[in-house]
Amino acid sequence: MIELTVNRKKRRYRGPSFKRLLDVLREDFELTGTKEGCGEGECGACTVLLDGEPVNSCLVPVAQAEGSRVETVESLGASSRLSPLQQSFLEEGAAQCGICTPGMLMTAWAYVRGGGPADPESVRTALAGNLCRCTGYQHIVAAVVETAKREKRKRARAR
Amino acid sequence: MRGDPGSMTLLRPRSVEEALGLYAANPGAVPLAGGTDFMVAWNAGEANGRTILDLSRLGAWKRIAVTATGVRVGSLVTHRELQRHPLVRRRLPLLAEACGTIGGHQIQARGTLGGNIANASPAGDTFPPLAVYEARVRLRSAGESRTLPFLEVFTGVKKTALADGELIDSIEIDFPRRPARESFRKVGTRAASAIAKTVAAGLLWLSSDGRIREVRYALGSMAPTVRRLHSVESLLAGKRPTSRLVEQAADLLENDVSPIDDLRSTRAYRLEVSRNLLRAFLRA
Amino acid sequence: MASVGTSFRRKEGPEKLTGEARYIDDYPLEGALHGVTLRSKVARGILRKIRFDPAFDWSSVVVATAADIPGENAVLLIEKDQPLLASRELNHLEEPILILGHSNRAKAYEALEHIEVVCDEEEPVLTMEEALADGAVFKRFEIVKGDLDAGFCDADVIVEEEYRVPHQEQAYIETNGVAAWEEEDGTLVVTGSMQCPYYVHKAMLGLFPRAPEKIRVIQTTTGGGFGGKEEYPNLIAGHAAVLSLKAKRPVKIVYDRAEDMRATTKRHPARIRHRTGVKKDGTLVAQDIDVLMDGGAYVTLSPVVLSRGILHATGPYECPNVRVVGQVVKTNTPPNGAFRGFGAPQTLFAAEMHVEKIAARLGLDALAVRRKNLFREGSVTATGQVLNESVGAKEVLDRAVAVSRYLPRKKECERWNRRKSAPSWRGVGLAAVFHGAGFTGSGEVYLQSRATVSLLPNGDIEVEAASTEIGQGTTSILASIVADALEVPYDWIRVSTPDTARVPNSGPTVASRTCMIVGGLLKRSADELRRALEREGVDWPPKPSSLKRAARKLCANGRPFGFVQEYERPREIRWDDATYRGDAYGVYGYAAMVVELEIDKITYEVTVKDVVTAQDVGRAINPLLVEGQIVGGTAQGLGYALLENVIFDKGVMANANFTNYAIPTTLDTPPMRVEIVEIPYSLGPFGAKGVGELPMDVPAPAVAAAIHQATGLFLTELPLLPERISKALHDRAHRQS
Repeated sequence: MIELTVNRKKRRYRGPSFKRLLDVLREDFELTGTKEGCGEGECGACTVLLDGEPVNSCLVPVAQAEGSRVETVESLGASSRLSPLQQSFLEEGAAQCGICTPGMLMTAWAYVRGGGPADPESVRTALAGNLCRCTGYQHIVAAVVETAKREKRKRARAR
Repeated sequence: MRGDPGSMTLLRPRSVEEALGLYAANPGAVPLAGGTDFMVAWNAGEANGRTILDLSRLGAWKRIAVTATGVRVGSLVTHRELQRHPLVRRRLPLLAEACGTIGGHQIQARGTLGGNIANASPAGDTFPPLAVYEARVRLRSAGESRTLPFLEVFTGVKKTALADGELIDSIEIDFPRRPARESFRKVGTRAASAIAKTVAAGLLWLSSDGRIREVRYALGSMAPTVRRLHSVESLLAGKRPTSRLVEQAADLLENDVSPIDDLRSTRAYRLEVSRNLLRAFLRA
Repeated sequence: MASVGTSFRRKEGPEKLTGEARYIDDYPLEGALHGVTLRSKVARGILRKIRFDPAFDWSSVVVATAADIPGENAVLLIEKDQPLLASRELNHLEEPILILGHSNRAKAYEALEHIEVVCDEEEPVLTMEEALADGAVFKRFEIVKGDLDAGFCDADVIVEEEYRVPHQEQAYIETNGVAAWEEEDGTLVVTGSMQCPYYVHKAMLGLFPRAPEKIRVIQTTTGGGFGGKEEYPNLIAGHAAVLSLKAKRPVKIVYDRAEDMRATTKRHPARIRHRTGVKKDGTLVAQDIDVLMDGGAYVTLSPVVLSRGILHATGPYECPNVRVVGQVVKTNTPPNGAFRGFGAPQTLFAAEMHVEKIAARLGLDALAVRRKNLFREGSVTATGQVLNESVGAKEVLDRAVAVSRYLPRKKECERWNRRKSAPSWRGVGLAAVFHGAGFTGSGEVYLQSRATVSLLPNGDIEVEAASTEIGQGTTSILASIVADALEVPYDWIRVSTPDTARVPNSGPTVASRTCMIVGGLLKRSADELRRALEREGVDWPPKPSSLKRAARKLCANGRPFGFVQEYERPREIRWDDATYRGDAYGVYGYAAMVVELEIDKITYEVTVKDVVTAQDVGRAINPLLVEGQIVGGTAQGLGYALLENVIFDKGVMANANFTNYAIPTTLDTPPMRVEIVEIPYSLGPFGAKGVGELPMDVPAPAVAAAIHQATGLFLTELPLLPERISKALHDRAHRQS
């Protein structure tokens, strides 16, 4: 049995320990927000935060996530109550078909939460491991820059 | 997705000694570090039924230790950790830079230096820096340990000199004397998350009279394994870097490598660009 | 309160942002089998025997072959030449032979490894030229205008060139996936990732004959299509259904990335030859164009791709004497199909690069040559169509040139390139294109599209159309059009899931037709509904309570009170299929783009520094969504131009994964300046034309033109890889020495 924390809740997984973290999340924990796009670690659609770092969950056997903290898109907000990052995505038109969006949001969230600079070049570098075929990235970058700016102002006020 | 989790046997040692013992008892097991290479093959259904030796609990191999002469990097240190380490950034900048070009951030957070070396891809981005820094790779098995010069680890495409039961313990890198010139450049199929078509690292020291005291130059993705350009290095040692010498060096490059046409690029392009990179490095 | 023209929020936006939106593989499906496909390992042959390894445990496996198809073993599109499952002839690598299912996906794949296919291999035809020589032509078209010979006599200079464009993979981030099952009442249900539920419905009727109401097709949230899910789902749906009927259990088939890239449709490769007569001042007097496309092993949609290709082959220019000959041939490769642009990106690359070549020959600026010949109101196209309204060609060209500072930037690049010590070459390139909105020729008449606006029993207003949301914003813009027609808030309008049990056949979600054609139908339906409600005493604009009251009265038996509109070709549009003359499209969109790029002198890598584009869409129903389409389409066009190299080896894609097929990342895509130009179309809802495909047509020639300015290299083949730039420089230096 493997214990891990998913979206702040302790969860237990009983099954083959080599099952991918992606499949454990989607099938055993019924968190289908995280998607599979390639199985190669190239597209980033499966991105979750593992102990705070964006990783491709399609390449992580769940055993290697034992005792770790996993965060998925479901931890950000619900459609009735979007987080500031999600709200920004909505307003900037950053999601079109939406399949890359959960992974994109997790990478973006780690970046913003980590105090990443609010300039387009740095944001683009941070998101380089998340492929999108619909948007051409511009609106995504705008949404993340906007959110990073807001996060900086929030931190400045908090000091 | 064609991997069958139910078919796998997973061994999860808690200590290095336990890992080495299990590996000795299960020589057919696949050592698993960050999984960024192996899991791709597993997802494609190419490794069902295998026994996996999961190294992820071996904390002893996750540390970067400072030694008298440099650093000892545990084999399970990730590329992300190396890229962020202040001493690595300052004293081994080519390695830090290379760690930042491997795949995207998600890959860098999981891929390990030891795993990358053991995978022995001809295109490993960190290999040219490790080759010019003349790293040493410490190997351990249940009974023994030995240290190999970095270049001797690789014997062919995805083939290493690791014997049965041997795992990579750590990579020792001495800080070089401050070079006059140092450069890392990777040429990939696109701006990010790309496999190298050619990848180059160079260190150069000058004498007080302006001659080249020593140059170390390595290329990846230009042969079955990473190559130091020994012919070029010998040519340049002790000489003034004139235009003519630079051209001679560029011509000699071909002696030390054997690039091919493949899905990513052509032999002609690889040679042309590698020569251009070498010229740029020597003229800088 | 009006929504049209504002950046209203995407209706399904919140669910997509929270992981609540469900794509086909997110549905658990009780008791389902995972279906996998056994595919041909030869490019051409005759199937002799299928051997199942007796040592394997087949008890948990269900197998469906061609013999299990109750109807006709054909995937219906235009022709019936493509079998659902091969039974005798094998015509391409990856051709489906059988489907098998197991409750465990990995075990299903394992079972495939225990089946041996015995066949007599034959010599495949793998190139367009070989196929042409064999006479294996699926379709040939010819467009003739004026007197070509006279035109060439009149010319001062004749310029010839050949251009080549490769396959391109749609690379939607969600692979193809479909589920199927039969309900207790005998209804066959098919659900999954798709663009055209009614295409699937029609195909299923041929394969599994029953009453039309006994087949129900429902689109799930679709993670990108770009044409790759226009016709291909007919095949995968048939596979899921045939296995499901055999197993008497639901079946889900979801491709992994490698299978999707190898086996499904791609953009048609093409060879385009131009022979053009011009006057010294750049005026076009004769265009002789030859288009050859590779259709792959079956017809699928090739005749329509070819048609659109040749109808755009001249570029947005008027020329008195034109001949365009187009042919699409059969090769033993996986069939090619729809991909955004649908033939036009291919022929427009050639047309625009040819303008570059002509300009260079004449010693004129390519901008001047364009201005001399550019379409304007009153121009006559190669098919004799008079462009009588909504012709934004000059506006987009002027705007792109002005905003990008094209001429001064060009001079600055020239100055930069004169510096021998510069680390790079710099160049600015321009291209101008047009793109017909809606189906070609008589296509829209043939489709007989229908769409409905209904008052629901609970007082809500619902749009019922088969148009699918695949990321482009269909759901939202159709809702907006109806909201404004009814003068009610955008939020009041619901849009039904595209479910054939609930929505009429509005035609496929392709060809840049959804906003203009289906939106147009819905606007008229909305007008009718409003008139009917006003007749019932509802004051306008209505309050929610008055709509609820009206619904209680009008929605007898709990059925919606709705009005359906069917497409009628406007009297003004005339087209003759036999002679290929007349109004090829109701209206065209226009775009111009200026690309500035830098080429590294060490690695020959191209970095696009800046993109400025102006696009005439008639009316932007939602400017944010329009901009999203333009930036996204441009990114795909930049991929087509610079990165995306489909490598074929012995008849199948050899680099079938994201590791080796490079689509643009954030760092490969520059920031873009988008200028939306609105020259309204009188027959489009609120003046709207189309925007889905237009952005795809213009980046590749703009990039090639910029490389030409930067290096003097005139490259005629995509993609413009560093390897090709390096080789061309080397060859040129060799020639000069």
